[in-house]
Amino acid sequence: MAELSQWVGSLPISLAMRRITWLVPMLQTLHILSIGIVLSSVVMIDLRIWRASRSGTAIARSEHFIPWMWTALAIATLTGIALMFGAPRSWRDGAFVAKLYMMAAATMATVALPIMLRRNDCGGKDAGVPAQLVGVAALLLWLGATLAGRGRWIAGALGG
Amino acid sequence: MKAFTDFLHWVETTPLAILVSQSTYGFSAIDMFHIASVSVVFGMIAILDLRLTGMAFSDFSVTDLSRQVLPWTWAAFVIAAITGGLMFTGQAVKYSVNFAFLVKIALIALAGLNVLVFHFITYRGVAKWDRGVPVPWAAKLAGALSLVIWIAVTAYGRFTAYYMFP
Repeated sequence: MAELSQWVGSLPISLAMRRITWLVPMLQTLHILSIGIVLSSVVMIDLRIWRASRSGTAIARSEHFIPWMWTALAIATLTGIALMFGAPRSWRDGAFVAKLYMMAAATMATVALPIMLRRNDCGGKDAGVPAQLVGVAALLLWLGATLAGRGRWIAGALGG
Repeated sequence: MKAFTDFLHWVETTPLAILVSQSTYGFSAIDMFHIASVSVVFGMIAILDLRLTGMAFSDFSVTDLSRQVLPWTWAAFVIAAITGGLMFTGQAVKYSVNFAFLVKIALIALAGLNVLVFHFITYRGVAKWDRGVPVPWAAKLAGALSLVIWIAVTAYGRFTAYYMFP
């Protein structure tokens, strides 16, 4: 796997990325902004299903914000992949692996949420406790993935 | 100007600044929370901005959306400001001559001015355009300015780091 990382780092596209000095900060900016939309979309859904806000139904709230969330996630993923050409990540980097696991779990929770709301007794008007818990789990997992994305240093701190 | 530079030199010698600059992972840990909170600031305020400009979320009243979005925006902004301030203390002199950093600070000040004008002048009449009717141009302008400024703040934050640690 270390060879793969090294090979990616030696590709012409990787070399170009290190030469065009504004490219990495621009991609990072897009990455950070789109992650912001992912997080805020989930916050907005959670606010309704936890009844901190009562405007509209829970299902309508999720239908409002879920498309923004997936679009932003697509941009975050694409910019994330592009950034890896400039600075290849390794499977031995625990923070990176943890981020991928958290992203996978967060994606599952975010897919499950609208389904749970729709299948709910009251037809998605309000959320049941299971949907509320999945909503919180989704937010915490996306937040965890966000932090871990900037956690390259953690392995060093843990002496790894 | 010399007094200011002396002040920045002094900032770098405070115990907190030394903690930030000398600890091996302190800076990275603070930076991790800074970036995450910046993304939350943008994500939350963008929802209100999109509503104000009329680009999205017209099903929500402006006041309802403000009530939901602003506490999260402010909480994230406070975390971003504290973590950003901590990183600044470690190398205050170097930051003070970093062009991207100076632009970023100026933009944050501009964002603050935009909030003040919106909150104390434009928002007073919100009852008339809270829902179902077009938002007045002053509110649209505030939303558009906020969106552009926060995107630029994030970008100049990245360029700040790029010029600091090339």
